[in-house]
Amino acid sequence: MGDILVVAEHLNGQLDEATFELIGMANGLGNTVVALIGGTDEMVSQLGAASKVVKVDAAADFNPETYGAALGAVADAVNPQVVLTTGSSMGMELANSLSAQKSWPLAVAATGVSANGSVKAEAALFGGKIIATTDLGSGPCIVAVVGGSAPADAGRKEGSPAVETVDAPAGAGKVHFKKLIMPESADVDITTKDVLVAIGRGIGSKDDIEVAEELAEALDAAVAASRPIIDAGWLPKSRQVGKSGLKVKPKVYIALGISGAPEHLEGMKNSSTIIAINSDKNAPIFDVAHYGMVADLFDVVEELTEALD
Amino acid sequence: MIFKTMVRKEKEQKSSYVEKDSAIVDGIDISGHWNKMYQPREIMNYDVTPLEDLRALPGAESIGNCYQCAQCIGVCPIDNVGDYGPRKIYRKLQMGMNLLESVDLWQCTTCMNCLRVCPKEVNMIDIMPAAREKAILDGKEVPAELQEMFQNCAEYGNPMGESPRKRARWAKKADVEVKDLSKNPEPVDVLWFVGDYYAYHGRGNDAAQAMARVLTKLGVNFGTLGAEERCDGDSQRLAGEKGLYEMLAEHNIEKFNSLDFKKMVVSGPHAYNAIKNEYPKMGGTYDVDHYTQFLSAMMDKLKPLMTKEFGKKVTFHDPCYLGRHNGEYEAPRTLLNAIPGIQFSEMFRNKEQGYCCGGGGGGMWLDGFMADNINERLSENRVKEAIAVGAEVLAVCCPYEVSRFEDAVKSTGNEGKLEVLDIIEIIDRCIEE
Amino acid sequence: MKIVVPLKQVPDLVEDLELNDDGTGLDYEYLKMKLNEWDDHALEEAILTKEAGDAEVIAVALDGEDVDKMLFTALAKGADKAVKITGANPYAGNHEMARVLANAISGMSPDLVLVGVQSAGDSDGWLAPLLAAHLGMPSVSVVTGLQVSGNTATVHKEYSGGIMAEFDVDLPGVIGIQAARQTPRYAPVSKVRQIQQSATIEEVAAGDLGDVVTSTVEEMKHPEKGGGAKMLSDVEEIVEVLKEKGVA
Repeated sequence: MGDILVVAEHLNGQLDEATFELIGMANGLGNTVVALIGGTDEMVSQLGAASKVVKVDAAADFNPETYGAALGAVADAVNPQVVLTTGSSMGMELANSLSAQKSWPLAVAATGVSANGSVKAEAALFGGKIIATTDLGSGPCIVAVVGGSAPADAGRKEGSPAVETVDAPAGAGKVHFKKLIMPESADVDITTKDVLVAIGRGIGSKDDIEVAEELAEALDAAVAASRPIIDAGWLPKSRQVGKSGLKVKPKVYIALGISGAPEHLEGMKNSSTIIAINSDKNAPIFDVAHYGMVADLFDVVEELTEALD
Repeated sequence: MIFKTMVRKEKEQKSSYVEKDSAIVDGIDISGHWNKMYQPREIMNYDVTPLEDLRALPGAESIGNCYQCAQCIGVCPIDNVGDYGPRKIYRKLQMGMNLLESVDLWQCTTCMNCLRVCPKEVNMIDIMPAAREKAILDGKEVPAELQEMFQNCAEYGNPMGESPRKRARWAKKADVEVKDLSKNPEPVDVLWFVGDYYAYHGRGNDAAQAMARVLTKLGVNFGTLGAEERCDGDSQRLAGEKGLYEMLAEHNIEKFNSLDFKKMVVSGPHAYNAIKNEYPKMGGTYDVDHYTQFLSAMMDKLKPLMTKEFGKKVTFHDPCYLGRHNGEYEAPRTLLNAIPGIQFSEMFRNKEQGYCCGGGGGGMWLDGFMADNINERLSENRVKEAIAVGAEVLAVCCPYEVSRFEDAVKSTGNEGKLEVLDIIEIIDRCIEE
Repeated sequence: MKIVVPLKQVPDLVEDLELNDDGTGLDYEYLKMKLNEWDDHALEEAILTKEAGDAEVIAVALDGEDVDKMLFTALAKGADKAVKITGANPYAGNHEMARVLANAISGMSPDLVLVGVQSAGDSDGWLAPLLAAHLGMPSVSVVTGLQVSGNTATVHKEYSGGIMAEFDVDLPGVIGIQAARQTPRYAPVSKVRQIQQSATIEEVAAGDLGDVVTSTVEEMKHPEKGGGAKMLSDVEEIVEVLKEKGVA
């Protein structure tokens, strides 16, 4: 059995949380080796849960071409059974690049991986309507894992794993990194958030929005709203979810005081997980929500914010 | 650049006038200088290309008739809450506005109140669809909500983008049998055209189920097109997507023609307008009633069934496409006045002068767009009027309206004060099980 | 400049997805197929690029049910040419589809290939990088901003948290489009019908696929689903759910 090669991901000098999730997952499958391309020594010291780190000196900023070529070189050096990447914008580029370079089978959108003889990946496809199990053979193979599929804590450990450095081949030189563009802080794009705290008419007054904002802050979420809130001018139109607003599909949609009119449901029913809190037990939002609670909004939200802090 | 003048050529004058040097009326000589007319004269040079371009579109010719009297402005429901009206359109065209690229193109709800009062028969009901069609075909920007609705209708045959297979699902909870003629095409007396909102909207389902129960109680032998029914297409036509309208109408007409029925009954005024006035142009002519017409002609049977009291203060909103467009004001009132215990009162603006809910002509799918152009939704304005006349229930008979007005009741802070009910729901409540 | 846009049909999620008898895949006989929404964005970006300068847009698709209508719609929106690849499996995974498309596209000598970054059923990767590998072209995916100047495409690749990276890509290249600059345009029905009467769709054969890397879907099933929401009674339970979903 070969090693499990985890491809570390970093952005703006920070290791991505998903890296630790992958390491935790990999440790349950076999001996974990981490591929760190363009990373720092400081990052290595956070990878104590891996048995070895294979480093490639490369530019700190991701480039699908050079990083892809580097990962090819690491894979040659490690000869892994399974390669795990994140399911992100970067991880998916690397997974596909490696699959094309090595003709190794690839499974994406994975939420779980097993390696008992043959490697199998479970994935949620078609907007979560289908759960598929893919047989990738005995390896080597590649699995791109959806963020949040495993706890990060299991793979997060300070330490000084063995470090091996691999030389990176020059890529074809056709993709040139120019710069990172940081978001303007005032501008919130609710369609890209993993978590949304959405408020509806159940919020009594504009002042009560603060309570929702505190919860959103605790969850690194954004506050979204149904139309009445926007119409009242309490939040800008960029926060509106629904038929005449934006369509969102976050990982978690927390609906506070939203009754669930079809016009609103149209904008959020594809969210992966919907948690609804409403004082009306007959509110239609409970038909589409995965979890519900009948309660006074403010008590719950305040308590929840405290519990999370 | 060629500057045309606003002087119309004589042959284009719609009406002609007679001038006499001397005139005697009822034996009185009324000759005088005062009735001498001057030659039409050029007042100012305008670039009337935009006006002429619009007038050249088939259907939009009458925009040229406007003589700026502004009768329309007084009755335009949009001008009431914003800054828009047929007269203003004409004036802006004179000033060089390209209507096809203006927000004004999408504001008209085709409620027809302007045409009712227009002395020159400037017909926005024809002008707006013609201009919108041109804009859509030319690839001009179409409000995103409206475009999504077109897309949904083209793909699924309903504006919500719901599965066409699930169109007849509501019938499962009607507690009575609803014959699905697409599955079992037996002869029926009445083919009921259910419509999108009755079929798919939660509150529409309530009305559809009520209708099925009432028709059953009345012993009507009826059936529906089930999952084969498609959107009637009228609002799509008025919003400018004529090709889409034709596709939907062709589909429905083909299905209608494959069935054996005596009469068609429709739930909604928009479907009524389409099937009564537009489908015949495409070769589909049917004896069609709006449900209020069908039921009001059966009062001798219906009245004895309504034994439960509905002792509430009720007012009624005239749908533009039942009233002004098709002249039916009495049928819904006949039904409401037969409700046991009802305390009925009219709103200030009723019948011919009824105020538009904002849903017609594509407005149903332009709420987000319109929010930037008006200071109050038309439905909100109307709900306040219902409250002002002391109503506890706002009765409607257009499937667009229940959701529009229920929303407006909430957004105007009148939750709990005004209930919005389809007339068929009230009738259903008055019939003993 | 020549822009090729491969268009893929995917099951319409508005309908319930039926599984085949042995539970290893979807039952395509009962599915309604529609254009992959990301491909629609790729097509829009191609047409916008054409409108901003001088380009020929070629829409390419694997033959299958309703593919003609999809290609006529693309023409109605502004594509200049439509090509249908016959003799291939339109429901194939992206590795196989990339090979089929590469065979057809390489002969077209495109300057730019715009592909929807993903589709709802992707289980074996993304089309853009796999296709790029076969064509020997560079590629960048998850792109929301594209500007072509001479032989260079300047693209904005999205990362999490609203951060983006700007890359210059030497053309020819393959770009995986996340979103076009504007909402994909609507093709009026009468225009589509008119095109249907007048336009033709070119056909090319799929060609030899050689060895394709495959991964076998062993089982497909519907996720377990309760009736409506699972009702919780205290805040601790909500915290647990949030933790389980990896957001707290």
